Amino acid sequence: MTALGDLTRSLRARPVRPPQSGMSRRESLWMRVHLDPWLLLLLLVLMGAGLVVLYSASGQSMIVVEAQAMRLGVALVVMFVLAQLSPVTLMRWAPLAYGGTLLMLIAVEVMGDVGMGAKRWLIIPGVMRFQPSELMKLAMPMMLAAYLGRRQLPPRLPDLLVCALILALPVVLIARQPDLGTSLLVATAAVFVVLLAGLSWRFIAFFSVLIASALPLLWMNMHDYQRQRVLTFLNPESDPLGAGWNIIQSTTAIGSGGLFGKGWLEGTQSQLEFLPERHTDFIVAVLGEEFGLVGMLLVLCLYLLIVARGLWLSNGAQDSFGRLLAGSIILTFFIYVFVNVGMVSGILPVVGVPLPLVSFGGTSSVTLMAGFGILMSIHSHRRLLPR
Amino acid sequence: MRKHRQALKNARQEMHTFRVRSLVAACLVVLLTGALMARLVYLQVVQHDVYITRSENNRVRVEPLPPTRGLIYDRNGELLAENRPTYNLTLVRERVDDIDASLELLIDLLDLPDAEIEAFRERSRQRQRPFQPALLMSDLSEEQIAKLAVNRYRLPGVEVEAQLLRYYPDAEIMSHALGFVGRINAQELKQLDPGNYAGTHFVGKTGVERYYEDELHGQAGLRKVETNARGRVLRELGRTDPVPGKNLTLTIDKDLQSLAVDLMDGRRGSIVAIAPKTGEILAMVSTPGFDSNQFVTGIDVASYRALQNDIDLPLFNRAARGHYPAGSTIKPFMALSGLVEGEITPSDTIYDPGYYQLPNDSRRYRNWLRWGHGKVDMERAITVSNNTYFYSLAHELGIDAISEHMHQFGFGEHVTQDVYGESTGLMPSREWKRERFNQPWYPGETLSVGIGQGYLQVTPLQLATATAVLANRGHWVKPRLAKSIGDEEVPVDLPGTKDDITIAKAEWWDDIYAGMENVLSGREGTARRAGEGLEYRMGGKSGTAQVFSLGQDEKYNADELAERLRDHALFIAFAPVDDPQIAISVVIENAGGGSSHASYLARDMADAWLLGNDDKDADDDTQGDDG
Repeated sequence: MTALGDLTRSLRARPVRPPQSGMSRRESLWMRVHLDPWLLLLLLVLMGAGLVVLYSASGQSMIVVEAQAMRLGVALVVMFVLAQLSPVTLMRWAPLAYGGTLLMLIAVEVMGDVGMGAKRWLIIPGVMRFQPSELMKLAMPMMLAAYLGRRQLPPRLPDLLVCALILALPVVLIARQPDLGTSLLVATAAVFVVLLAGLSWRFIAFFSVLIASALPLLWMNMHDYQRQRVLTFLNPESDPLGAGWNIIQSTTAIGSGGLFGKGWLEGTQSQLEFLPERHTDFIVAVLGEEFGLVGMLLVLCLYLLIVARGLWLSNGAQDSFGRLLAGSIILTFFIYVFVNVGMVSGILPVVGVPLPLVSFGGTSSVTLMAGFGILMSIHSHRRLLPR
Repeated sequence: MRKHRQALKNARQEMHTFRVRSLVAACLVVLLTGALMARLVYLQVVQHDVYITRSENNRVRVEPLPPTRGLIYDRNGELLAENRPTYNLTLVRERVDDIDASLELLIDLLDLPDAEIEAFRERSRQRQRPFQPALLMSDLSEEQIAKLAVNRYRLPGVEVEAQLLRYYPDAEIMSHALGFVGRINAQELKQLDPGNYAGTHFVGKTGVERYYEDELHGQAGLRKVETNARGRVLRELGRTDPVPGKNLTLTIDKDLQSLAVDLMDGRRGSIVAIAPKTGEILAMVSTPGFDSNQFVTGIDVASYRALQNDIDLPLFNRAARGHYPAGSTIKPFMALSGLVEGEITPSDTIYDPGYYQLPNDSRRYRNWLRWGHGKVDMERAITVSNNTYFYSLAHELGIDAISEHMHQFGFGEHVTQDVYGESTGLMPSREWKRERFNQPWYPGETLSVGIGQGYLQVTPLQLATATAVLANRGHWVKPRLAKSIGDEEVPVDLPGTKDDITIAKAEWWDDIYAGMENVLSGREGTARRAGEGLEYRMGGKSGTAQVFSLGQDEKYNADELAERLRDHALFIAFAPVDDPQIAISVVIENAGGGSSHASYLARDMADAWLLGNDDKDADDDTQGDDG
């Protein structure tokens, strides 16, 4: 009857356990460890290149590089573990993951730790502190894919309303922290699921207009620092020593790199610390300065190959849940790349989005690799499902 | 079965939808990546030149290396102006978390005046890059440095910086002759060469420091350095060393200058001494002086106002800019004019009844001696300072001839090579009066000028110069303060020197000298008491300059007049008469009666210079001043 009723039923439903005997002869070692060799290779190359750039960007600090290598190692383990879980399991756990994360977001809202002017962190005393919003980047597409995977596609209006509700709750909570960047990225992941599910073009056009007309409303509800970022993006020279400094220095770094760059460890903008946040959000400027256009294009191509492989794998998925989830994960990954490079090269406003798997930082690497783990799981478990 | 087929059909359709959608997504991915790549090509290829320049400008900073300012010595090598290391307080805004709290703490620790804080805020607005330090306070005391060191941990971004600062060891004595340097102000900034003054904070404001600014300043060097974003210098890429400013040796004799200040004994006035043959200004004193060191570090408003409003005008350089009536000191020059024009001969006499009357005029122009000097010739007229003789001479010469001849001695003109801000005084003429007042010249005014009164205004520097030329038998040497600039001696003959005064009979000079010698040595000399026991031949002439004009037949009574309305006492002198080594002018404001006051000072100056006489009478009274 109602869409909500369907939702609760889908949560209770248990998928049939696949028979263990259906392995084909062509099943390689890779399929048995549930990994995709091509995707893994591309990711490792990217990580390797990232560590090389990071060494330069950190002011040649081996400590930073080792720490990042450790985190990437952890991320790889997380990827491997998630790859072993079957999509069926993931689908079954999706509502729980979503609901749990939502509860944590509420907990942050009520009693979160304030750091750098925003309530983002949840602390489990003595154990860890982490950002539930980061988890939501995965939980959100999982939940939507799980929901839509059970429905008839393309989704109809009642389903869409349920989706909107699933989307809105966490996005609003995260935006209130305030962390507009992450909330937009979480929303993006959700929107990709709905788009891939076959949302009719008429709806797409309608929502586009709706969002465009909502922009002034968004502007009015923005915090001062957020408005400042947008204004500075529109005219960096208006505040060259303050907010505009970042973008002026990063475009200068990239532009001065030229065709072949100034050489590894030779970038004056990065080595002399003119570049802000050079080993985190602005690391791509170091790449651009030291390796030039050639280095930039190579890395962008690497990202393109990863996205291409990811899209290929998602097309091979056997059910809607797998396809939608895999597609959303890989497209969101691309959005990170686009937003980060766009921001550093000055065509997008400054939002705190790191360059995936290259920027220094543990949380985002682990989340991203967990996503790739899910992608590989979807790819490598497909023959275990009944034909 | 049907249901199953339905599901299969649905699955196929869903798969198809996903294929289409992911294809669209792939296209968008390629499109967006293409946009990024286009942007990168634009930045790294099209605009590469712009950004490589920008990054170089970021990295490479050209730092000016200010030259060391030249030192100033007196003629005997005594240091008059030096550079002392001092410590400045600077602040880097970016390293300070809470600027107001830091300033609050500094005000507390160092007693910073509000004006400094305001000036600091202004300076910190003008800086060009982040992490550039802004000056907060200059010339910290040892105590302040110690306080800062102790509280350093509470003051991130606050630095103590060493700098060379001008210092005048004998500021009070030398203030007007030397002048001083001060912080470059906005107006000066527009006129100075920005390249050469990039690292310089001070510029000569007055006096020698101003006149020889270019020589003293030197040539700025520069160094190219690589800096990081915090402005820290990482390495030097190249450098041009600065050329230090030239040292200046003055013609001033510090001891003689100091003696002159002592002799003035706190009275307002001026003493100038010039070596006639070389034009060297041996002493140039204007009292009261002031402590020029205050202006180097930046004088506070209250002290400056006090100096400015002081009724004794300590900031006013009387020697170069003070206008005084010449009084009777003009008489020797008048006498020479009369000889040259043929209006008199040395032996011509007049009869002085105690006054002079213009033809067809009942007004009596009085001699200072009521009953008159009787029969007076030129020599005696000078010796006794007879007014009647010079009234008559002035009338016969007429203002045009007087003006012409006085100009030959430098009255009404700039006379020196390098005294900053010297005034021309005022040598009136018919044309001047028409221009100034649009009135004709009256004969009575000529008589006033003839005894150094009326419109005539001279500076002590001009009086000394004219005396030097007179002593030099009409040969002009331009007075100067600089003896040598760097290794180069300043030549005796300088361009722009006035023409020598040539006269028909050379012995006329001696006739004038005789009259002047008798002023000090003659039985009737007006300064005969100052001339007692002279060990060399000295010529002089006393003068009294009226500040307050008396009506017809009014008697002058010094006691009845307020101190500031009393007459100025003047004296000019040179010695030895046969080989002049020093020419002196003395002006004492409101002293009343020239011979009784100013002449002693001239005598002491000459004694000190010619005999090396260190036994100064004035020493005893003024010991407290030097301290």
